[in-house]
Amino acid sequence: MKNPFDQLDRILEHRIRLQIMSVLVANDSYDFNSLKEVLNVTDGNLASNLKALEKEKYISVSKSFVDRKPNTKYKATEKGRNAFKKHLDALEELIKTQQ
Amino acid sequence: MKEIHDYQGDIASIRTAMERSVKFLSLSGLSGVLAGIYALIGATAVYYLIYYPHSPFGFRFYYVNEHDIVLKLMIIAALVLVLSIATAFIMSQRKAKRLGLTIWNKTSKDLTANLFIPLITGGLLILILVSRGYYGIVAPACLIFYGLALISASAYTVNEIRYLGFSEIVLGLVAALLPGYGLVFWALGFGLLHIVYGGVMHYRYDS
Repeated sequence: MKNPFDQLDRILEHRIRLQIMSVLVANDSYDFNSLKEVLNVTDGNLASNLKALEKEKYISVSKSFVDRKPNTKYKATEKGRNAFKKHLDALEELIKTQQ
Repeated sequence: MKEIHDYQGDIASIRTAMERSVKFLSLSGLSGVLAGIYALIGATAVYYLIYYPHSPFGFRFYYVNEHDIVLKLMIIAALVLVLSIATAFIMSQRKAKRLGLTIWNKTSKDLTANLFIPLITGGLLILILVSRGYYGIVAPACLIFYGLALISASAYTVNEIRYLGFSEIVLGLVAALLPGYGLVFWALGFGLLHIVYGGVMHYRYDS
């Protein structure tokens, strides 16, 4: 059997990034300020983790203006969804083997 | 290397993030209880207006057909509605603050949109039918459309709202089968059910 530790996604081992992906898998899309509220994190922390996910192409970004204010929306990509699912499976496996 | 309990924490955090991002969890249970109390007070006022000194359980035909009475009933109903919404808003705002959330966010917008589409449809239909003299439709239709609105909104908040919706629909259909007892069913649906479900929600989530 494969070692479940090797199946974990290195990017998603980070708690905030894992939570961002959770929100984006559960919702069609989510904007920056709403994400900040749900996850209770600072602008800088959220922005840097979103950047990391974007770089991996786990999420896609679309910028627009709502009432002249910039509104940035994030969506999980197919790659991101698969990575999230694989990571969850690995977590499940890991906890099973420990019991 | 992370410890096993860190991974367990990861799983818990996934759950929290998903729930908080999809569901409006700030809905106050106590405000439901208060809405039920307002409805019972409103129903009592209506009883004194049209039935007194007769029992509301006795069957009769004559009651609601004067224009003046219809207007008074509508004012009472509107007052109960406005007070209930205001209470729900203020108490949920407080609860949101405690949970570190705002009252007007993505989840509450989804909740409101899904609640108001069936609610406004039903409200307009009832007004149209009342204007044509179909007074018997009011209580069953209020209950049924309110139930449908709750079920449609329940995807965006706690599960109890879904069961409250089903209960309202059942009560509405029974009210339609038993014409003449509109006020009694109205008081049960908007008074008693709100107090029961609001109490359950308060007990489970309002701490």
